[in-house]
Amino acid sequence: MKLITAIVKPFKLDDVREALSDIGVSGVTVTEVKGFGRQKGHTELYRGAEYVVDFLPKAKIEVAVGESLVDLAVEAITKAANTGKIGDGKIFVTNLEQVVRIRTGETGDEAL
Amino acid sequence: MKRCNNQGGKMKQLLNAFILLALLSVAGLSFAETGLPAEAAATVAEAAAEAPAATPPTVDKGDTAWMMVSTLLVTMMVVPGLGLFYGGLVRSKNMLSVLMQVLVVFSLIVILWAVYGYSLAFGGSGLFIGNFSKVFLQGITPDSLADTFTDNVKIPELIFIAFQSTFAGITCALIVGSFAERIKFSAVLLFSVIWFTFSYLPIAHMVWGSDGYLLSKGALDFAGGTVVHINAAMGGLVGAYVVGKRIGYGKESMAPHSLTLTMVGASLLWVGWFGFNAGSNLESNGGATLAFINTILATSAAVLAWSLGEALVKGKASMLGAASGAVAGLVAITPACGSVGPMGAIVVGLAGGFLCLWGVSGLKKILGADDSLDVFGVHGVGGIVGALLTGVFTAPGLGGTGAEDFSIGSQLLIQAEGVLITIVWSGTVSFIAYKIVDIAIGLRVSEEIEREGLDISEHGETAYHI
Repeated sequence: MKLITAIVKPFKLDDVREALSDIGVSGVTVTEVKGFGRQKGHTELYRGAEYVVDFLPKAKIEVAVGESLVDLAVEAITKAANTGKIGDGKIFVTNLEQVVRIRTGETGDEAL
Repeated sequence: MKRCNNQGGKMKQLLNAFILLALLSVAGLSFAETGLPAEAAATVAEAAAEAPAATPPTVDKGDTAWMMVSTLLVTMMVVPGLGLFYGGLVRSKNMLSVLMQVLVVFSLIVILWAVYGYSLAFGGSGLFIGNFSKVFLQGITPDSLADTFTDNVKIPELIFIAFQSTFAGITCALIVGSFAERIKFSAVLLFSVIWFTFSYLPIAHMVWGSDGYLLSKGALDFAGGTVVHINAAMGGLVGAYVVGKRIGYGKESMAPHSLTLTMVGASLLWVGWFGFNAGSNLESNGGATLAFINTILATSAAVLAWSLGEALVKGKASMLGAASGAVAGLVAITPACGSVGPMGAIVVGLAGGFLCLWGVSGLKKILGADDSLDVFGVHGVGGIVGALLTGVFTAPGLGGTGAEDFSIGSQLLIQAEGVLITIVWSGTVSFIAYKIVDIAIGLRVSEEIEREGLDISEHGETAYHI
């Protein structure tokens, strides 16, 4: 089992969700986050005061999948979230030791 | 436990402020008792009664209705208008403190106005100050009358008092913008009492009062460019210096928390300003309509000027800039609205827009003070621009209503004198007043409170629960 964490542009969130559904992913967790990468922040000007905003808003998607779906899911997210411009985000894949479905107590792949 | 002690201290400070207020009132009363008989110069009503030979004064229901509406409009400028305009510009942790300061300062000054302010500003004649003949509004009844600009046309004195009370209130509330986000609530109140008494009242009397120094000189200030705006702006600027910069000023982000609310406030200010300017005509006639149209034109011109200036200099025209431009135009046209023509008003507005944009950027850097919400940049610069240009565009050759022998040169000198006197007077009084407050109860909140925000620490509440 793997945990896929994807940071994407907020307006691409729906496309990513749809692409994941299409390959059979049954659930994701989404968080509104801020951060910085290669995409530069921007400057805000209020009368005489100038503030540099370094952290830009992004959407963080977390999805846990079985081994068979990992590559498909990564590919689906990459395609759906791609605009070709700087700031499209990143995908991190990490090992997942255990998953438990709280309602039934099922564990491992059955809980996904 | 520590918090409790802290609150006890604040209560004590507030109590001190109220004791001072009470002392002032008593002082006023005793003065009135001794000075009254000789000076209780007959009210206009009495004078009219004693001279039945002359035609009785006209009191027009339309004028009275217009003055009541104007008074409502100016009240609307302050309590929702200025409060939201300022409130949106601070960080969300200080939103309520600004709303509270504006609301309570306005209320406090309106009461002081009735207790002794009106009497000192408009009671009796004198070069610099009136007298105590009308403290506690004594002798004034619904039948008492006040002068307008037309001979023998009067309005009920009570509505004149109410109208003028809102001017005093808004002037003191304007100052709040300069020391926002770091001052003690009790310090704001104590400062307001002192400043109102020793700066607002003398300047108001000098400009509008019977035999006032600047009025006698021929200074033109129709709706209060010097009395309200330059006066308040100096109170603010000195406050910004004496109170000191906000912690993190220039390093941390102090971006406005809601420009939407600032826009709501600016809009209320603009609409309310029709009462401020056209209401200052005291009659609902052609003169009021001149002030009215000038209030539309100058403001629009200033919105365009500020936006254009920003677009040219900074690359983008901002909403905050356009809204600030509206206020700058309103400030600039305030002294001029009754005497310049519509095309003159447009020029006044354009100048106000461009120069106030410089006031909040270039000039602000030169001054080096943390004038949080740019009271001086907008009201000071706009007030000075307006006061001086009044001396230019009142000229009949430039579309103004000045007499045939109107001389721009000599009028400009008189206008400049009015500006200078206001700057020096208000600046001096403000400095002393801040020092007194600092010694008596302290001006600033502690660093811990400032970081936490004034809403929770000074008022025990939070603006937003999201």
